[in-house]
Amino acid sequence: MSRSRVVVAVLVAVLGTAAFGGCQKGEREGRAAGDGPDPSRIRVGLVLSVGGLGDKSFNDSAYEGLKRAEKELGIEGVYGQPEQMAEDEKYLRQYAVQGMDLVIAVGFLMKDALGQVSAEFPDSRFAIIDAVVDQPNVASLVFSEHEGSFLVGAIAGLKTKTGIIGFIGGMDIPLIHKFEVGYTEGAEYVRPGIEVLSAYAGSGPEAFHDPVKGKSLALSQFNRGADIIFQAAGSTGNGVIDAAVEKGLYAIGVDANQNYMAPGHVLTSMVKRVDVAVFEIIREVAGDRFSGGVHVYGLEVDGVGYSLDEHNEGLLPEDVIARVESIKRDIIAGKIKVTDYTAAR
Amino acid sequence: MKANVRTSLTDLVPPLVALVLAGVVSSVIVLLTGESPLRIAHVMLSGSVGGAGSIAGTLEEATPLIFTGLCVAIAMRAGLFNIGGEGQLVVGAFVAAWIGYRVGGLDPALHVALCIALAGAAGALWALIPGLLKARFGAHEVINTIMLNYIAFILTNYLIGLPYFRKPGQIPQTEDVLASALLPRMTFLYKYTRLNLGFVLAVVCALLVFILLRKTGLGFEIRSVGYNPLASRAAGISVVRSTLMAMAIGGFLAGMAGSERVLGVHRHFISPFPFGYGFAGIAVALLGRNRPLGVVVAALFFGALANGGAQVDIATTVPRELVTVIQAIVIIFVACEYPIRHLVLRRRGAET
Repeated sequence: MSRSRVVVAVLVAVLGTAAFGGCQKGEREGRAAGDGPDPSRIRVGLVLSVGGLGDKSFNDSAYEGLKRAEKELGIEGVYGQPEQMAEDEKYLRQYAVQGMDLVIAVGFLMKDALGQVSAEFPDSRFAIIDAVVDQPNVASLVFSEHEGSFLVGAIAGLKTKTGIIGFIGGMDIPLIHKFEVGYTEGAEYVRPGIEVLSAYAGSGPEAFHDPVKGKSLALSQFNRGADIIFQAAGSTGNGVIDAAVEKGLYAIGVDANQNYMAPGHVLTSMVKRVDVAVFEIIREVAGDRFSGGVHVYGLEVDGVGYSLDEHNEGLLPEDVIARVESIKRDIIAGKIKVTDYTAAR
Repeated sequence: MKANVRTSLTDLVPPLVALVLAGVVSSVIVLLTGESPLRIAHVMLSGSVGGAGSIAGTLEEATPLIFTGLCVAIAMRAGLFNIGGEGQLVVGAFVAAWIGYRVGGLDPALHVALCIALAGAAGALWALIPGLLKARFGAHEVINTIMLNYIAFILTNYLIGLPYFRKPGQIPQTEDVLASALLPRMTFLYKYTRLNLGFVLAVVCALLVFILLRKTGLGFEIRSVGYNPLASRAAGISVVRSTLMAMAIGGFLAGMAGSERVLGVHRHFISPFPFGYGFAGIAVALLGRNRPLGVVVAALFFGALANGGAQVDIATTVPRELVTVIQAIVIIFVACEYPIRHLVLRRRGAET
């Protein structure tokens, strides 16, 4: 009997502490953010793509954009990570139902889902990254990946000793071929006749998170004589970087600046500023000048580019950088035309 | 009479204790991560049962689990462990999508019925493979159903890559099914819901399985074989027949779950198809004590957890992983109801 009383007492104590702690936390938040939605603040819902936070690439970059907007623009941001691709639609719709001022779909896999939801909520505002949804209330944020890839292709062409370089893509789709084609053209531009090996990890979305496959594809290309591999493959690319370290050769990062992941072995990264795109579209909403339609982030606004930092400064000599910078100016000026694989089709 | 009331009240104690304990443990973990347990509990509750939209969402999540729970339960009653609900569901979903967009010009009721029937048949055939191997050669159904799950996922992933099935574009999926093949959504409950007639179908199936097990000769045979196959055989009951029937009926139900997802929720087949319903069905069946009506209750509970959990992820900055941990803790404690019941009964025994 007395033992059961002790048990009850402990239960009450723990529950009480939990509830108290909860209240305290709630109050703290209450002072900082207002209880429940504050009508004067812009609210933004971000739906992340498969892979989710921690991919050190695409999703993390989008999340950074949201965080920056919270800090600099004082908006209130929430984000969701659907466990499965088929749940994207539910998340998008739920944010629209909650009356978010802007709902952002991170990734082309949500194209159909967003098309559906944006038609259901014509008065809500949406944005999607890497895809074009033809609705007046949707801002389609796309990047000139072919131009950025051209630059890192030129870097690879200038740096290779064997005259063979590699490309490893994630899912075998037009968007990733856009990287490959730009990269190949850039390499051929600085070194005609260069050999470019190419491989894709698969035909389904899982091809974007299979580092083991990425590593074995990379090792095979290195064994065939390549000394630099550009990967556009989500976390599959982490395996490519791994292989470069193992072989003492080079990889080129993608989307986020991945130079830090293996200093000395990541030649540079083809950065795609998803964070900038997310931040800019939130700023448009905050400034009440949101516009639907296609927004292109290219070289001229630094939407894409190559990364230089303390982790790769020893790898790129002055003359390489000077050459790439002049190519960049020529592309912006229209003197060099880079094939856009997705537009060509 | 008085004793009866008291017994049924005591029956309610163990599940409640289980929920409270789950709440305590979850709260501690949530506190450790610096979030507010009360806030999460509030969002989970209001997100699962607060308001028409939330309830509809819960019922929508519960629908496939009723089917897969029944699939596992009926096999269990026959003494079989069917872990293949996952694969049976996927082949059913694929067939439903295929018939749904390829076969045109049918009356809506007929088209939907055709899709569901063929999806069920596909699931049943998929389940009959391990069923036959078990009945004919004694090959263990656990291994074979698990392996067939992989085969189902890989096979449909391969098929969806063929131009005949694949919708042009970057996403591996079929065209949306025709309007005549759609299961009507219950929009009268909530405008944006994906809850559809499949839920009613699931409950009807639970009733049918209940009648089958309780009132028919086949049901008696299945239960009898489940209790004691040797004695059943000695009594002239065909173990082979009851094994095959239990697997086939279960596979049919799992295939129906796949058709409900395609015709009522997603409207197309997509690869990888949402996974987890088949495995969750095992937990649903166990929690429901392998009884059809128990399965319905357990599925509603799992549906509420899934939907409430998704709302936490959607509406707060709590990480998705923490939500999954909370869901798992609740399930563990509820599944541990038996030891708790044991403790409660012992205490009651000590008192009297």
